[in-house]
Amino acid sequence: MSSTPTTPQTPETGTARVKRGMAEQLKGGVIMDVVTPEEAKIAEDAGAVAVMALERVPADIRKDGGVARMSDPDMIEGIINAVSIPVMAKSRIGHFVEAQVLQSLGVDYIDESEVLTPADEVNHSDKWAFTTPFVCGATNLGEALRRIAEGAAMIRSKGEAGTGNVVEAVRHLRQIKGEIAKLRGCDNNELFAAAKELRAPYELVKEVAELGKLPVVLFSAGGVATPADAALMRQLGAEGVFVGSGIFKSGDPAKRAAAIVKATTFYDDPKVIADVSRNLGEAMVGINCDTLPETERYANRGW
Amino acid sequence: MSTTPTIGVLALQGDVREHLGALADAGAPARPVRRPEELAEIGGLVIPGGESTTMSKLAVSFGMLEPLRAFVRAGRPVYGTCAGMIMVADKLLDGRDDQETLGGIDMIVRRNAFGRQNESFEAAIEVAGIGGGPVEGVFIRAPWVESVGASAEVLATYGGHTVAVRQGNVLATSFHPELTGDHRIHALFVEMVRAAAAAGERA
Repeated sequence: MSSTPTTPQTPETGTARVKRGMAEQLKGGVIMDVVTPEEAKIAEDAGAVAVMALERVPADIRKDGGVARMSDPDMIEGIINAVSIPVMAKSRIGHFVEAQVLQSLGVDYIDESEVLTPADEVNHSDKWAFTTPFVCGATNLGEALRRIAEGAAMIRSKGEAGTGNVVEAVRHLRQIKGEIAKLRGCDNNELFAAAKELRAPYELVKEVAELGKLPVVLFSAGGVATPADAALMRQLGAEGVFVGSGIFKSGDPAKRAAAIVKATTFYDDPKVIADVSRNLGEAMVGINCDTLPETERYANRGW
Repeated sequence: MSTTPTIGVLALQGDVREHLGALADAGAPARPVRRPEELAEIGGLVIPGGESTTMSKLAVSFGMLEPLRAFVRAGRPVYGTCAGMIMVADKLLDGRDDQETLGGIDMIVRRNAFGRQNESFEAAIEVAGIGGGPVEGVFIRAPWVESVGASAEVLATYGGHTVAVRQGNVLATSFHPELTGDHRIHALFVEMVRAAAAAGERA
């Protein structure tokens, strides 16, 4: 680590290392969207490394329309009390008061999420101001680095949530990985222009060029619906996956959830993926992303 | 003069990459391990930080639980951090009812004892047998050791709670040295693996 801080003599909470380190512990795992304590238990039983507590899964947010906001604190607390694994919850982009509320509830990670209706079309929340770590979505490297500059301790490629279609997840992860590979090939003279092009701080750009990866954990999200989808994202370089509507909008959520967990660990073993993919029942129906109007593309939210 | 045996890092889930890096830094060849047959190819095993319920479940699903228990029982060196400490505990508090551990250290470990993520912290920790000042202790939703049996040696405490323990060839810490640049505890474990390999050659 290039920027290893020295350990304080008195205990210190909310440090960058503790926030980023929490995401390191989730690697190789599956984070599942749940809307009730019962679903949270099913997710924990299936081997989820964490759950995302929300009122409606993205597929339903899409269907219902209207403004999507932070979930009811009662509902989030119900889920915190139901399981022993980490619980995440979503705030709207730029809605730092929702984030303050989530921190006060004791959630383990806050997702400043494009799936909810943005509260600010210019600014994201200042995530350094919080003890609770944040995960943010990104469609490309510049966006990822802007979020990290604002204090995000974990990045997820956005994909297109609530579609059950992995195509956008693949596009965004390939974009991020491709841009990192390109930075690796830059000499020091070129990094200044690269930072300008990426609209990201030079120090972060330089760090990525040296590390060959983001300085925080990178997961994939938005459209993962099958064990093979999860394994695909892992093989493309995601360190773990978020599964939203894909599990609880399917025919047999418990079985599908366990199968996706196994496929995420054995992502490079087609025999295991084949085995866990047998008789899973119906997958969520899904939406073809090219028929989605621009205004209904969540990935476009965030700046 | 024997070479250092390869050390495995249990790669079912968790911060495997950081342990591989820390072991390499401490002078040992390291590789991820996910399958029972791979245990025969390593001289010691690190169980990383991660989500212990997920690790336990995957170990059961993929037939790793009994081979891992046999590995520990055979006296092969094992080092567990955080979730890994939970895995090498003989008894667990605040775990899931169906949560399996490997055992290895006669101790009772309380899961998430230091609290949720907002309570996660860094502090300097003095560890017995580690020279050169305190180590950088990174505690993340960390467990602590509630009590240890007569054969287990307490190596470090924090706030009155035991956070590092050794019993024979099994080592455990509540905190994550792999997340820091300070790899003295990994170096201690590498020494344990070398000593076990040398003892095996003499036998």
